[in-house]
Amino acid sequence: MDSKLTFITFTTLVRKEITRYLRIWQQTFFPPIITTSLYFVIFGNLIGQRIGKMDGFDYIEFIVPGLILMAIITNSYANVASSFFGAKFQNFIEEIMVSPTSHRTILLGYVTGGVTRGLLVGVLVTIVALFFTRLSVHNIAVLFSVALLTSILFALGGLLNGLYAKSFDDVSIIPTFVLTPLTYLGGIFYSIELLPEFWQKASLINPILYMINAFRYGFLGISDISLGLSFGIIVLFIIILGSWANYLLKNGYGIRT
Amino acid sequence: MADLALKIRDLNKTYNNGFEALKGIDLDVEHGDFFALLGPNGAGKSTTIRIICSLTNKSSGLVEIYGTDIDKDFSLGKSHLGVVPQEFNFSVFETPLQIVTNQAGFYGIDKTQANEQAEFVLNKLSLWDKRNDQSRGLSGGMKRRLMIARALIHQPRLLILDEPTAGVDIEIRRSMWEFLEQINDDGTTIILTTHYLEEAENLCRNIAIIDQGEIIENTSMKKLLSKLSTETFVLDLAHPITKLPEFNKLEAKLRDESTIEITMQRDDHMNQMFTELSKHGIQVSSLRNKTNRLEELFLNLVTNNNGQ
Repeated sequence: MDSKLTFITFTTLVRKEITRYLRIWQQTFFPPIITTSLYFVIFGNLIGQRIGKMDGFDYIEFIVPGLILMAIITNSYANVASSFFGAKFQNFIEEIMVSPTSHRTILLGYVTGGVTRGLLVGVLVTIVALFFTRLSVHNIAVLFSVALLTSILFALGGLLNGLYAKSFDDVSIIPTFVLTPLTYLGGIFYSIELLPEFWQKASLINPILYMINAFRYGFLGISDISLGLSFGIIVLFIIILGSWANYLLKNGYGIRT
Repeated sequence: MADLALKIRDLNKTYNNGFEALKGIDLDVEHGDFFALLGPNGAGKSTTIRIICSLTNKSSGLVEIYGTDIDKDFSLGKSHLGVVPQEFNFSVFETPLQIVTNQAGFYGIDKTQANEQAEFVLNKLSLWDKRNDQSRGLSGGMKRRLMIARALIHQPRLLILDEPTAGVDIEIRRSMWEFLEQINDDGTTIILTTHYLEEAENLCRNIAIIDQGEIIENTSMKKLLSKLSTETFVLDLAHPITKLPEFNKLEAKLRDESTIEITMQRDDHMNQMFTELSKHGIQVSSLRNKTNRLEELFLNLVTNNNGQ
């Protein structure tokens, strides 16, 4: 298939995905706005005032980047996992599979769909945050590139989940038992310097720590981890998950009998 | 030989649980044909179709669509192909217009052209008025027609229909037959699987019967039907009779006082039957086949293949 046709198939898939999540905006945009608003109210304003400063910033300013990134992570992942599994479950993934659309276009289309939702939710949560605190931007390029790369990474994770899932339970297990704990332990609410040495070192095996710290650097200019290492880890995981998903789609794992 | 729309050679499929669904089948479908692929449930029809559409991985063998090996040029091979599956497989939350235009997009057709073609196919299948309704609200017949419209949106040269009229009322079924005949006349090659053998007999020119993963018959519909050794007719009588007369050559049975059944050998002529009936003063008001001819042959072939 030539590049023009590939571009049309790609944009069709992305448009289909965007139409899908906009159609169910009550499920896709309301929950993250409400949840993060509650975080801002409870942890930021009520508890945060008693905690005081964290790394020289008000506590609410410290947690805002992590909460925005958490919304991006969760939505990028959930969009692809549920959409892909839904298409598998109701067999309309076959619409794409009987067509000349290549497995790479399927991968890129679903991931792009997840990324657009993740970033859109990220923007909405950022707007909500502005009602609770002022936001300064230290480095817009770092901010945007970390948001984009993290969103790509978790959209790939969602695609893998969708490919392996055999029931709706399988779609919710990973976010509940892996993603949420790793996100909470990834330094959204604290600097790892506050932890005992052992737990500081243990935290370093959590990839989400690198993303949150890099993203916080973009806003506040502070990070527990070197920026280069953070980008390296994100890109490394994108390559691993991307190759893995590509391999599964090429061989029809979970979608062909 | 005319251009081949579909060429299958030594196609095998063994599922992970060890079930051998296809045992080296060969199949040729010529361009422009209206071809029936029949077989009992679980015979391998749907597996064959799913392999052609790359919904199932084959274990070995060759599949060519209009001369293109789908292993070598996946995109070109599939650009010739349209598929109407057995089960509904579209998002019920999308509208018919979204479903068909998205499908056009998956074949690389730009939005403007996709909208034009969508209007054409949806009008053809009487769905244009429903184009902006959620498809979950469509009736069963409309959903079937929507899947046909979707399969035709990129004007495929080869259209595969896997039981397209299952569960569809007779009026819609007949209008679908007319439509399929029309697109076949316009040059689209059609492969049809169906459990309605009357449908296959009326529409298809060539036929393959698959059973237990093997092609057990592959011939023209005419040749196959000529293999029937006997044929039974049901005759409605103009005047009731209480007892069958002694016929000279006819094998007859009285069903009720107004209906008799007559079984004829393949070489017998209908005139012989009517001469004999007239001789005994029996007047016939109407006549029909007792069973569909293809159905009878189909059952014979499948039963023989099962060694019964």
